[in-house]
Amino acid sequence: MRANQMKTSARPVFPFSAIVAQDEMKLALISSAVDSSIGGVLVFGDRGTGKSTAVRALAALLPPMQAVSGCRYGCDPSAAEAWCEECRERARQGPLKHALVPVPVVDLPLGVTEDRVVGALDLERALAQGVKAFEPGLLARANRGFLYIDEVNLLEDHLVDLLIDVAASGENLVEREGLSVRHPSRFVLIGSGNPEEGELRPQLLDRFGLSVEVSTPVELSERIAVVKRRDEFERNPLEFIAKWKRQDDGLRRRIVAGRKRLHGMVLPDPVLESAARLCMQLGTDGLRAELTLIRAARALASYEQADEVAVAHLRRVAPPALRHRLRRDPLDESGSSARIERAVLEVFGERRPP
Amino acid sequence: MSVESDAAQSAAIFAVDPGTGGVCLRSPLHPARDQWLLMLRQLLPAATPWRRVPFNIPDGRLLGGLDLAATLRANRPVAERGILAEADGGVVILSMAERLTADTVARIAAVLDAGEVVLPREGVTIRNAARIGVVALDEGASDDEYAPIALLDRLAFWIDLGGLSVRVTLQPAHSPGQIIAARELLSRVQISAEMLQALCATALSLGAGSARVSVLALRAARAAAALDGRTRVSEQDAALAGRLVLAPRASIAPEQPGQPQAEEQEKPAHGDKAPEQPAQDGAQKAEAPRAPADAHQALKDMVLEAAQSAIPAGLLARLREQSGDRGARARTGGKTGALRQAGTRGRPAGVRAGTPQGCLRLSVIETLRAAAPWQALRGRSLANGGRVRISAEDFRVTRYKQRARTLTIFVVDASGSSALNRLAEAKGAVELLLADCYIRRDQVAVVAFRGRSAEILLPPTRSLVRAKRGLAGLPGGGGTPLASALDAAHSLAALAQRRGETPTLVVLTDGRANVARDGTPGRELAHAQALYAARAVNLSKITALFVDTSPRPNPLARELAARMHANYLPLPYADARSLSSAVKTMGAGGA
Repeated sequence: MRANQMKTSARPVFPFSAIVAQDEMKLALISSAVDSSIGGVLVFGDRGTGKSTAVRALAALLPPMQAVSGCRYGCDPSAAEAWCEECRERARQGPLKHALVPVPVVDLPLGVTEDRVVGALDLERALAQGVKAFEPGLLARANRGFLYIDEVNLLEDHLVDLLIDVAASGENLVEREGLSVRHPSRFVLIGSGNPEEGELRPQLLDRFGLSVEVSTPVELSERIAVVKRRDEFERNPLEFIAKWKRQDDGLRRRIVAGRKRLHGMVLPDPVLESAARLCMQLGTDGLRAELTLIRAARALASYEQADEVAVAHLRRVAPPALRHRLRRDPLDESGSSARIERAVLEVFGERRPP
Repeated sequence: MSVESDAAQSAAIFAVDPGTGGVCLRSPLHPARDQWLLMLRQLLPAATPWRRVPFNIPDGRLLGGLDLAATLRANRPVAERGILAEADGGVVILSMAERLTADTVARIAAVLDAGEVVLPREGVTIRNAARIGVVALDEGASDDEYAPIALLDRLAFWIDLGGLSVRVTLQPAHSPGQIIAARELLSRVQISAEMLQALCATALSLGAGSARVSVLALRAARAAAALDGRTRVSEQDAALAGRLVLAPRASIAPEQPGQPQAEEQEKPAHGDKAPEQPAQDGAQKAEAPRAPADAHQALKDMVLEAAQSAIPAGLLARLREQSGDRGARARTGGKTGALRQAGTRGRPAGVRAGTPQGCLRLSVIETLRAAAPWQALRGRSLANGGRVRISAEDFRVTRYKQRARTLTIFVVDASGSSALNRLAEAKGAVELLLADCYIRRDQVAVVAFRGRSAEILLPPTRSLVRAKRGLAGLPGGGGTPLASALDAAHSLAALAQRRGETPTLVVLTDGRANVARDGTPGRELAHAQALYAARAVNLSKITALFVDTSPRPNPLARELAARMHANYLPLPYADARSLSSAVKTMGAGGA
């Protein structure tokens, strides 16, 4: 694939393990890499807190995946039920060839046109040769990977509608300019933004599995570490990456191991019950909150190689899984995080010393 | 240190290391601004690219993309480089930076961060190196008109030339030769751990921006040392960086040593300032042994002092005023929000000639139709395959029509306590506003409350006739169920927000709530519920105007207005005309 070859020659990326603090954000990103069904991560916070850096670093961290060679949607050769029509056709003609490709991380720039997102009529071929051909868009490229939207809260409404639809169905349906195309488009949605600049539509908010808040470090030692590492990276990127390679490799191995263990993970009934009680206590709407909470706890447990999912895991993923699903309460001056903490204390009791 | 010398120093440091992001030059059209630009240009090596970017640049030109006209001519995809890629290794001048739209800024910011332009276009990912420095010319006239903060955050230097005399002349502090020498030296400049700590601590105690800003300050300090021909960052370099980079971003007044702690909420940011604080000791211990802590403190104090002396007068006072969330939103760049979506959505409204770049969509049918009459002239024949010949002037793009509508919701007190004539005035104001709606395309709704509950007297409408009919038969008298009224208005406004409209609340009442939500009388409960409802309105970020109609300004009403974050307007003798003009001015200011 041409696009992927280009990717490898890209500029060096800041290593994931070298990001200072911001543990919740790192944890959420890793969890969604372990279990993509969690449904993406929303990173809201101040400027210059390493939001974009972390997402790009995660992309560089993920192990490559098997994809059908020549498939424009990067279909998984071992998942026949999710193939695109072209791959089905190919499979009828003979065994599919496949190759290792990097996990796609597709940037959705703010002012992008709808054509670029969903795909459109191939203009060049239509005008020059009179052929009606489909030119896949960003949603096709993001299949099986990550779709990253910086400043997601400024995204135009018609694109938001589109994303909400595709993120829910896992399939992109194009009906325009005489084309009628459908292709798989399953991706992990990652959004970042600064809440001061605008809010997110509730429907889109709900599509994100986890939501984390990042803030500028106010600890002097943290701040110094951030500046030091950033400076080191800017002065000699390759050397810096080499220095952090071992940590990054370890992280990658644990993510892969976590993915393997995920389906065998034991989920005891008391933990399920605790999750339900926590959601009821907070009055979150719908089952999605509970489902995400459980999935995130499971992903965390298997990433950390625990024997089974425990309440301690729930406790840690509760803020990111529930924070964006609370109703505003005019009487309660405290932020969502504080409310969740309080509910966690009420439901689970005091944290026991480890 | 004067503004002139700071401006000259910033230009030199930026010329040495464009990686400091750049400079925001805040000034109206002013000879000093041109002098500064000329000075920078002369400091930079002669071959350095220098590109001016107009604020309304289309994306295709900014980032590059497929050159459609050339593509058709050549019969193969021809990529066009954008301005940012052309300026690789050089400087980009953004004129009228305060008018830049949020998405243009997002792109420039992404390029500044990555040092390259990444274009996922037509199946290929085009990557062009674009290591640029930015000079943003901010011509904002008032305090709330700023270059977008997403851009400012990435530019090390903020210079305000607005206060300079017209006859001032800026003198370069360095020669081009010195710049070249400093660039060579730059990669060898070292900084000691103490100096780095001093810079970071100063940034923290001034509340100066994000971690990114500290990195910029470090780069500036290093470039300053190189400019002086040294390979170690000295105290003077750190102080200079503090003054040029950190001081203009100060968001909290640094305390003088020995001064009592500020209020609790500022504590985290201030924690490192007072040496007697245990938390501070812990942080320092982690970094360095106990003994040299005093030396650190002295070093930091020096940097801080240098920075402090350069904090622009009035900046802190202004920041304090803006500490409310409304202020914060105003600073993030106001008017761009409404403009942002124009032209790309809404109902299709015909086509026009134009190149399909950026947000514009090619209308295939209309393009072919435009090309049709010229086919014979262009030599289309069956011999060459019978293809339609299209050239650039045939392109037609779809136009969209979209109204940025506003909805003004009147919440009118029709209770006995409120004089009956208020109702008549409100009716008059509604009618006047509706008469304007013909031009402004706004909608109006009326919620009236009296007795036990509130009712939506007039659902959102643009029809004058309907409004008159709806308002005609509203009787007055009875209790004041203010909470129910605010709830009803709030839900109307929330609905409008979801439709993408901008709602504005206009509350006309004397604020003496005496009926609770469930219809039971009782002043205390009713007032508490009204406050609750008012706060809910504020949480939804709905702009509101609170018109106090009691004969004398009423503290209860003032409290409600504050809770709602509304503009408070005591208007005991309001007439329809002054009311409608108050609403209109608020609409203009709040939009």
